[in-house]
Amino acid sequence: MPIIPPFLIRAFAGAAVAALPLAAWAADPVVLTLKDHRFTPSEVSVPAGERFRIEVTNQDPTPAEFESSDLRIEKIVVPGGKIGVIAGPLKPGTYKFFDEYHPDTATGSLTATEKKD
Amino acid sequence: MLASLLIVFREVLEAGLIVGIVLAATQGIARRGAWIAGGIACGVLGASVLATFAGAISQALSGAGQEVFNASILIVAVLMLGWHNIWMASHGRQMAQEMKAMGRAVTAGETSLLAMAVVVAVAVLREGAEVALFLYGIAATSGEGAAALVLGGLLGIGAGALVSYLLYRGLVAIPLKRLFSVMSCLIALLAAGMAGQAAAILAGADLIPAWGYQLWDTSWLLPQDGLVGRALHALVGYADRPMGVQVAAYLAVLILLVGLGRWASRTPGHAPRTTAGALAGRRSS
Repeated sequence: MPIIPPFLIRAFAGAAVAALPLAAWAADPVVLTLKDHRFTPSEVSVPAGERFRIEVTNQDPTPAEFESSDLRIEKIVVPGGKIGVIAGPLKPGTYKFFDEYHPDTATGSLTATEKKD
Repeated sequence: MLASLLIVFREVLEAGLIVGIVLAATQGIARRGAWIAGGIACGVLGASVLATFAGAISQALSGAGQEVFNASILIVAVLMLGWHNIWMASHGRQMAQEMKAMGRAVTAGETSLLAMAVVVAVAVLREGAEVALFLYGIAATSGEGAAALVLGGLLGIGAGALVSYLLYRGLVAIPLKRLFSVMSCLIALLAAGMAGQAAAILAGADLIPAWGYQLWDTSWLLPQDGLVGRALHALVGYADRPMGVQVAAYLAVLILLVGLGRWASRTPGHAPRTTAGALAGRRSS
């Protein structure tokens, strides 16, 4: 029986190489506010390679679903509610997020940049 | 209208594909219609309750309530799917013979049906709560165009149900002789995918170790947020950027279910009582 899809086998073989090292923690959380179905700020940046927290407050009278397939986040934010999610560690690049219930207006992006030290 | 149609369609499709598989897998078991319908009804009811308490659940367990809840119901579904598969492995042949002999099955597989009803309820519960909240949001604004949005939502439910029905028709078109092995394969993949999702949710909230946050990235080839990616995610647990623990849970459940299925189908005797007797005999010896 062809139980395990071949793509999984192939991918699993290269797993050890691709796995990121144990993540460090970024100090400050990313704070986002939803109002009038828009994110403020709509563009944020975080250090690459670190685990970080995102806090979303929903100031609209309707529920929102904070979602990002890039960041693997999907979480409901009730009206007036506040949620926290953990994301990363990220490779340098731009990652999109949105409110799934208002994908036309409530969008934003998060940029992960290499630390300059 | 199109936007709300698409949003609702995506959610309904994810639950509907699971219902389609369950319906095909329970093909031939007496009174399955009532059980599955009951599961859907419980799911819809539960989704409405869940949507009402979404705020409270979110605040629970120091903010990890949503994650723990979603992972828990996924794990329940995995256990139920596993139970069904093992049950089918030990009774499948007998059922197939009865179906051939009498045109329809008379086997009362109620324990298995209960398990499958739970799976359906869980699937509808998860996606249904999101649809309920979305529709609530439309109702709350109730401004101009709300009617069109609701219509879009209803069309989305219809379209999702239609695709699920087509999947079901496609599956039951498989010759009976092969249907059981195909279905046990699909159920094992479905359970593995759910186990992987549960692990990813828990690791995403830092509740269990992730064992690597991104083993690979196939989002350029088959993005998980596309329609095909979503369908494969719901059906076989496809993930474009999986965590280590997600892949580990996936493979563990898959290997366990296939192994247990093989073992159960090899136990002598396929009538419920003989199988139970054989199992008891093994345990005591």
